[in-house]
Amino acid sequence: MSNMLEVADLGHTYGDHEAIGGLTFTVRAGELVCVVGPSGCGKSTLLRTISGLVAPSRGDVSLNGSHLAVVFQDYSRSLFPWLSVQGNVEFPLRSLPRAERRARAAEALEWVGLSGAARKRPWQLSGGMQQRVAIARALAYRPALLLMDEPFASVDAQTRFELEDLLLRVRREHDTTVLVVTHDIDESVYLGDRILVLSGSPARLVADLEVPLPAERDQVTTRTDEGFVALRSKVARLLNVGKPALDVEKWAAAERESLSETVSS
Amino acid sequence: MTKFLQRWTVFAGLVVIWQLLGWLADDPFFPPPSKILSAAWEWWVLEPANFTEHIVPSVARLLSGWLIASLIGVSLGLLLGRSDRAMEYAGPLLVFLRSIPPPALVPVFLLLFKAGTSMQLATIVFGVVWPVLLNSVDGARSVDVTKVDTSAVFRIPRWQWVLGVVLPAASPKIFAGLRVSLSLSLVLMVISELVGTDNGIGSQLMQAQREFDYTRMWAGIVLLGVLGYGLNTALLAVERRALAWQPRSRDEQHA
Ligand SMILES: Nc1ncnc2c1ncn2[C@@H]1O[C@H](COP(=O)(O)OP(=O)(O)OP(=O)(O)O)[C@@H](O)[C@H]1O
Ligand SMILES: [Mg+2]
Repeated sequence: MSNMLEVADLGHTYGDHEAIGGLTFTVRAGELVCVVGPSGCGKSTLLRTISGLVAPSRGDVSLNGSHLAVVFQDYSRSLFPWLSVQGNVEFPLRSLPRAERRARAAEALEWVGLSGAARKRPWQLSGGMQQRVAIARALAYRPALLLMDEPFASVDAQTRFELEDLLLRVRREHDTTVLVVTHDIDESVYLGDRILVLSGSPARLVADLEVPLPAERDQVTTRTDEGFVALRSKVARLLNVGKPALDVEKWAAAERESLSETVSS
Repeated sequence: MTKFLQRWTVFAGLVVIWQLLGWLADDPFFPPPSKILSAAWEWWVLEPANFTEHIVPSVARLLSGWLIASLIGVSLGLLLGRSDRAMEYAGPLLVFLRSIPPPALVPVFLLLFKAGTSMQLATIVFGVVWPVLLNSVDGARSVDVTKVDTSAVFRIPRWQWVLGVVLPAASPKIFAGLRVSLSLSLVLMVISELVGTDNGIGSQLMQAQREFDYTRMWAGIVLLGVLGYGLNTALLAVERRALAWQPRSRDEQHA
């Protein structure tokens, strides 16, 4: 299978803070790859350099296709309140003839189950529905690669499960290549065909894991599957979750520092 | 209905008090509202020549001055608001120019344009462009980063970025500026008509005062009040339609 995305020695430095250092990986066509890593490790930076929002300090990103789409975590800010739901989905399609634009928007809204809400304003919908509008907008654009930055981090658990299943369904039905950034280990195992584990400062690739689960997934059975549990533990160990020793040291040092600051001031 | 009553009771009460005081005092400088209204009716309504010679030119100046200023203010404001570099260069100049009281420039414009419509338009435009301009700058800056990023990722054409994202995002602020500058236009219209012209509502005010016809002077002032009220109401109606997309509830952000 061909590679949709090739990232070679990608690094980015903000001022004198090196956020990501030398990442190399590929995403194959039709694959769903999850990038997982602790908060602040540089996941968003990686996504922004891939999407071209930030010019990387070094390295190369090559995309096998002309355009990509991004679904942001903050759906309420990423949708345009002055446009209807349909207007939002048509937003990236302005260069197309009107009839085609309409048809594509209607189709994408149907994929995410929001045909009935086309005329509403995004702010009249629930958070989960708004994120579905953002997903429909990205799909209507027919991107070579769909990037998602913690797409389900600000909805409740129930809605989150629904949206995860929706993502798995639409990408299977429409053969979309997806790169999802998340800090949730369970989510990365549940969604991914492959998991890229990022860690450290600057962020480095500590593992590139195939997910040994069938393509069909189910919120109840998959999450109790032995393969799921084993992989989740493996990722957790890679990310040092549950090894508090280091953190206690750090915390004590920070505490001493703030104490001495308080005393000296 | 009750709301309507509430809103107008104070106004009506004051008019009644003034009417009573006017009768009692019988002072030529402060005629009672009844006299003013009948003078206004005679002067502005029953006299078609006054309508075409004074009201129409005044309103035409006011509206064209305001429209020109709005066009300049919005386009320049959006441009400056989206470019930090441009704002760095232009910022101090804008603050300086805005600080000049527009009436102080009437003599300058009189020299530049001679008395007449161009001078009056220049006074109005220079005076009212600032609220629109500064509010547009502010509005254009307020486009939040997620919308900027979304637009960049979808590689939308430039016109769609300006007209489809920046303009609507800035429009609540722009309308606030438009309202301020519309009321200012009325003020500057009158000021620009006080010298060097014999048509327009402002010139009629001056003339009535010079001729000691205080009732007619007050009739002119009432007309200006009615005009200002009407224009503001009309603009509010336009604004309500244009900004109908704004979420009405407070919980827009975190649904
Ligand atoms: N514009 C910026 N300027 C300077 N430093 C930045 C900027 N954006 C991010 N950083 C820093 O770079 C590091 C990585 O940030 P990034 O947002 O990529 O992390 P993240 O993994 O997405 O975190 P989170 O899980 O909280 O979203 C952080 O230490 C952050 O403080
Ligand atoms: Mg992030």
